[in-house]
Amino acid sequence: MADIAIRNVEKSYSKTAVLHGINLEIIDGEFLVILGPSGCGKSTLLRMIAGLEGITRGEIAIGGRVVNALEPRERGCAMVFQNYALYPHMTVGENIGYALKVAGLPKVERERRVAEIAQIVGLEAFLARRPSELSGGQRQRVAMGRAMIREPKVFLFDEPLSNLDAKLRVQMRLEIRRLHQRLKATSVFVTHDQIEAMSLADRIVVMNQGRIEQAGPPRQLYAEPATRFVASFLGAPAMNLLPATIVAKDRARMADGTEIALDPGRFVVEIGQAVEIGIRPEDVMIVWPGSEGAHALEVEFTEDMGSSRLIHTRLGGMEFTVLQPTAQIEAQSTLHINLPENVIHLFDARTGSRLIRAGATIGTLASAAA
Amino acid sequence: MDRRATFSNLWLAGALVAPQILLVVVFFYWPTLQALYWAFSTQPPFGGTNQWVGWQNFQQIFADAVYWNSVRVSIIFAILSTALSIGMALLLALMIDRQLAGHKAYRFVYFWPYAIAAPAVGLAFRFIFAPDAGFVSAINQLAPNLWNPALKGWDAMILIVIANSWKMMAYNFIFFLAALQSIPRGLIEAAAMDGSGVLRRARDIQIPLLAPTLFFLLVINVTESFVDSFGIVDITTGGGPARATDLMVFKIYSDGFKGLDYSMAAAQSIVLMLLVIGLTFVQFRYIEKRVHYA
Repeated sequence: MADIAIRNVEKSYSKTAVLHGINLEIIDGEFLVILGPSGCGKSTLLRMIAGLEGITRGEIAIGGRVVNALEPRERGCAMVFQNYALYPHMTVGENIGYALKVAGLPKVERERRVAEIAQIVGLEAFLARRPSELSGGQRQRVAMGRAMIREPKVFLFDEPLSNLDAKLRVQMRLEIRRLHQRLKATSVFVTHDQIEAMSLADRIVVMNQGRIEQAGPPRQLYAEPATRFVASFLGAPAMNLLPATIVAKDRARMADGTEIALDPGRFVVEIGQAVEIGIRPEDVMIVWPGSEGAHALEVEFTEDMGSSRLIHTRLGGMEFTVLQPTAQIEAQSTLHINLPENVIHLFDARTGSRLIRAGATIGTLASAAA
Repeated sequence: MDRRATFSNLWLAGALVAPQILLVVVFFYWPTLQALYWAFSTQPPFGGTNQWVGWQNFQQIFADAVYWNSVRVSIIFAILSTALSIGMALLLALMIDRQLAGHKAYRFVYFWPYAIAAPAVGLAFRFIFAPDAGFVSAINQLAPNLWNPALKGWDAMILIVIANSWKMMAYNFIFFLAALQSIPRGLIEAAAMDGSGVLRRARDIQIPLLAPTLFFLLVINVTESFVDSFGIVDITTGGGPARATDLMVFKIYSDGFKGLDYSMAAAQSIVLMLLVIGLTFVQFRYIEKRVHYA
């Protein structure tokens, strides 16, 4: 086991910079998820830790040792690839045991270890098969077994679940989590799927355009997104974002004149500042018609999600969704809602960063994170 | 999906395939049938009526020690030049595939030899390996007569093997490189993560995955070395010294066009043709089974 320190790491291909000054400390035994849209540089960062990509500037240290100049095999990392990268000409057993074969372990010892690992990943019955004869989930297990057999200090996962169907993905997610609890090895997991990130991570790092937007425990990122990007990327259904202008300390106005009340104690704003008001669909309150500060919205249509219902409406001309567990809402009816001041997020429209007074918290969710 | 083009108009279909059929018939089937006929008859060199002699021509060549010598040297030549050209091509392709500095220029240059006609290759190597004028002459200066393909049979064999491999290497190289580049990068990276170094990866991952290409090239190279080596032999050694490089295909030419023994040459052609067909069959039947197609 080992901690990983990433210091001022940059990566560029000829003239194009893909990573700009990444700083990140990964704690020993932590399950860290790097989350971001495609092209944000998350896989590149992972591959730089693995040693598959050169480091343009800065340094990476694993277990206190700078690894910039080390070959992948000298870094003590194991990696699970997105497309599994199983050796097609070898059996499952040979695939899992290849690292030991390269390391020169005697055959008897090797077979014992392979059998052990096969049992953990549930592949005892398939050791003699070729990867082409396995299902997607089984291939995934082979890839995990192959990574595990080396007892690495660090596990690297490069979107390992993205080739699986939805049901299998959930199942493998649990297995990865279980595996981590059992092995306690430092794990770095790259994904673009925020649900995967939320459910697996001890800590999430959200990346965008080669920079770290925010790092922290899943709850914290969800409750206190530091930027508009993090706010919109985490959470499904996504957070509602409403462009508006600050017209008073306690009030913002949208383009069509709709006014939204703000808690002046929570935000640091200036009159005339362009902002984006963020509110999660589940934080919207449905109120009686005529209640104070209520907005009346036309319901366009609803989506039944089983345990809850997603209501699509418009607020101030912008798309606006409301998530309600039980409400019997019909399309074309009128919905009366209130935006509780303590659950509103506020972002600077120009920089995208969160406008909040130091020490202020958001809603009830923040207290859970603290 | 049915990818075949279907023609309702048979006349049009016939007209479209006719040029191809004509080419194959005129340049392949007709000469083959003619050779078959000559092989079973005596063909007077200066015209006149020929006479059906049945298997006599074949009996005569199989009883001839000179013929068996040419079979022997042909097999030696095939084994050596196939091994050398495939081995070299594989080595070069593996290095180009690593994308070392300048790999694009080398990739381009390595294919050139195949564009050079065999006699031109032969001529070049004849000069390079000339015992008294080529660059080997420097060695001969130190150790007189160490190298002389005009006198020593093995030297002559080595000369034609190198010349032929040099040319075929270029052809093999392209196939190997294409096959290497179709191996997913992830596999190489996974092997690197598993602790495998460059040579180990080549041995454990890349070469096994090249097996189908390797097999294909084996068939092509062996066949080529039997039937297409005439140009090089003719220019460099002329089958000598003392028939040390008298390959089957060269002997057919010299018996037929120098010796004017058309019937004997035709019979040898038939034997060579059957040999190549047989070899190809054996390779497909027995070696292909052990090749893993990923």
